[in-house]
Amino acid sequence: MAQDTIRLSQQVEAGEGAPSQHRSWMTVFSLQAVLILAAVIALVPAYFMLISSLKTPENYNLDRIGFPAQIVFDSYAEVLLKHDFFLWMGNSAIISIGSVAVSTIIAALAAYAIARMVFRGREFLLAISTSLMAVPPVVMVVPLFVLFSQIDLLGTYQGVILIYAGLLTPFSVYLLVTFFRTIPTELLEAGLIDGASPIGLLWRIMLPLSGPPLVTLFIVNILYVWNDLLIALLFLPNERLRTLMVGVSVFQGRYLQNIPLSMAGMALASAPMLIVYILFQRYFIRGLVAGAVKG
Amino acid sequence: MIRSNRFTPYLLVAPLIALLLFIFAYPIYKLFDFSLKRVRGFDGENIGFANFEFLFKDPVFREAIVHNLQLLLAVVPLLLVSLIIAIALYERLRGWRFYRTLVFMPYILAVPIVGVVLKNMFQFNGPINETLRNIGLPTLAQDWLGDKNIALWTVLAMVVWRESAFGIILFLSRLLALNEELIEAAQLDGANWWQRTRYIVLPQMKGVIEFYSVIGLITMTASVFAYVYIVPGKGAPANGTMVLELYIYNWAFEKHQPGIGAAASVLLFVVAATLMFILFRVR
Repeated sequence: MAQDTIRLSQQVEAGEGAPSQHRSWMTVFSLQAVLILAAVIALVPAYFMLISSLKTPENYNLDRIGFPAQIVFDSYAEVLLKHDFFLWMGNSAIISIGSVAVSTIIAALAAYAIARMVFRGREFLLAISTSLMAVPPVVMVVPLFVLFSQIDLLGTYQGVILIYAGLLTPFSVYLLVTFFRTIPTELLEAGLIDGASPIGLLWRIMLPLSGPPLVTLFIVNILYVWNDLLIALLFLPNERLRTLMVGVSVFQGRYLQNIPLSMAGMALASAPMLIVYILFQRYFIRGLVAGAVKG
Repeated sequence: MIRSNRFTPYLLVAPLIALLLFIFAYPIYKLFDFSLKRVRGFDGENIGFANFEFLFKDPVFREAIVHNLQLLLAVVPLLLVSLIIAIALYERLRGWRFYRTLVFMPYILAVPIVGVVLKNMFQFNGPINETLRNIGLPTLAQDWLGDKNIALWTVLAMVVWRESAFGIILFLSRLLALNEELIEAAQLDGANWWQRTRYIVLPQMKGVIEFYSVIGLITMTASVFAYVYIVPGKGAPANGTMVLELYIYNWAFEKHQPGIGAAASVLLFVVAATLMFILFRVR
C-alpha cells in the first residue's frame, strides 16, 4: 500500500499536455468551468477572512461581502498587542517538532530491525503496530487523562509530546519498513565489509537514502500535530502552554460579536502553514499522497 | 538480512514496544476496565454493564449515533466532488497546476481556523445569507447553524468542502499514473471524451475510490470533533450536532463521569476496528 502511494506521489508532477487532445470545445469549456468554480469555492473563506479582517466593525455591519470601505489594520494591531498568538505558535512548534522527532527516531530504529533483521515476533509486531493506525485518538483520551493526572504528566510538554509521538508512530513504522525493504542488500553488505556496526549502517546508509519517506513523515505528522485540537485542549490546561489551535478556540469564543477582530486572528493563525505550503508545495502534495494510508 | 548479535534487534524495537504499550495497550485495557466501573478520580467500584445500559437508554447517545450515521452520507458528495475535479484537472488544460494549488488549499488550513471562518460566514446575518438575499433568493436564507434540523447538514457541507481537497489530490495522482496508451487507442477508435472517461478511465480508478470511501467513513465516524466543537459550538443547537466523539468528551471531561465516556469509547473502538478490517480487505 505505501509503495503504491509513494509511486503515485511521484506522479503528481506530470508534465503539461493532455492525454487526449481531441476534445470538443464544449468539453473544454465545461471542464474549464468546473475548475474555475472549484477554485472560487475553495477560496471564498480565505477571501472573506482577509477582507473582513481589514474592515472596521461598523464597516462590516454595513457590508459583509464587499471590499473594505477603507483598509484599517486596527484589528491586527489589537490581536498582536492583546493576545498571545506568538506564544501559542511557539508552543505548537515545540510540541509538533518534539513529537515528530521522538516518533521518527523510535520508528526508524524499530523499522530498521523489522525490515532488515531476523528475530522472533517480527511479523507480529509489525501487524500489531500497523493495525493501531485505525484506533481513533479519542478512544485513548479518557484512560490517558486519568493516568496522566495520576503520574503528574498533565499540563507538561513531555506529556503531550509522548501522546502525539505514540499516535504518529504506527504510521511512521509502517512507511519506513516499506521503504527500508526496498534498499538494495548489496549496499548494506558493502557497509558491513567496511566494518560498520548495525547502527552505523542505519545512520550512514539507510537514513541518507530515505529522503522521500522522511519528508513525507515530517509533513504528514507535523500537519497532524499542529492542527490537532482534542489532545491539546485536554492535556494542556495551563494557559501558558496553550497551542495555537486551543488559543484559536478560546480567542474566537471571546469575540463572537467583533468579526473583523476574530478574522484578523484567524488570518494570523493560518499564516505559518500557508507560507510553508506555498514555499514547499511540491513536497506537501507528494508527502500527503504518500501519507494517504494514514487516513 | 543483516547478521547481528541476537540481542540487537530486540534493543532496536524496545523503545517502540514501550511507547505502544504506554499510549495504546494500557489505555485500551483501562478503557474496558473503566467501562464496567463507576469511576471517581482514578478508579471506582465495579457496576457491571450499568454504563452500557445507561448509554442505550440515553436519548442524547442515540442522537449522537444517528448524527454520525447521517454524517456518513458525506462520503457520496466527497467522492463525486473529488472525482469530478480530479478528472477536470487530469485533462491538463492551460494553468492546471495553478488550479491544483488553489483547490488543495482548504486542506492546509487547520479545522479550528476554518471552523471559525465558516461559522461567521453561515451566521443568520452573515455573508452567505446576505448574498442569497442580494441575488433575489431570500427564501433560501436559512438559520444555518441555529436551526436544529439544518445545523448538522451545514457541518457536513463544511467537512466535504475541506476533506474533498485531499480526495482530489489522491485521485489526481492515481489518474496521472494511468497508462495513457489505452486512452490514446480508444481515441483512435473514435471514442469521445465522455466515452473515454466512462469506459477507460473510471474502471481503472476502482481501487483508489474504494480506498478513499473507507477513509471517508473513518473520518466521519471518528474525526469530526474539531468541527462540532468549534462551528456550532459544543454540539449546539440543542444537541443538533452532537456526535460520538463530543459525547465521550462531555461525559468524561465536562460531567466528570469517565466510566460512561469509557463505555462509549469501547463502542467507538469496536466500530473503528471493524472499519479498519474492511479497509484491509478492500486493499
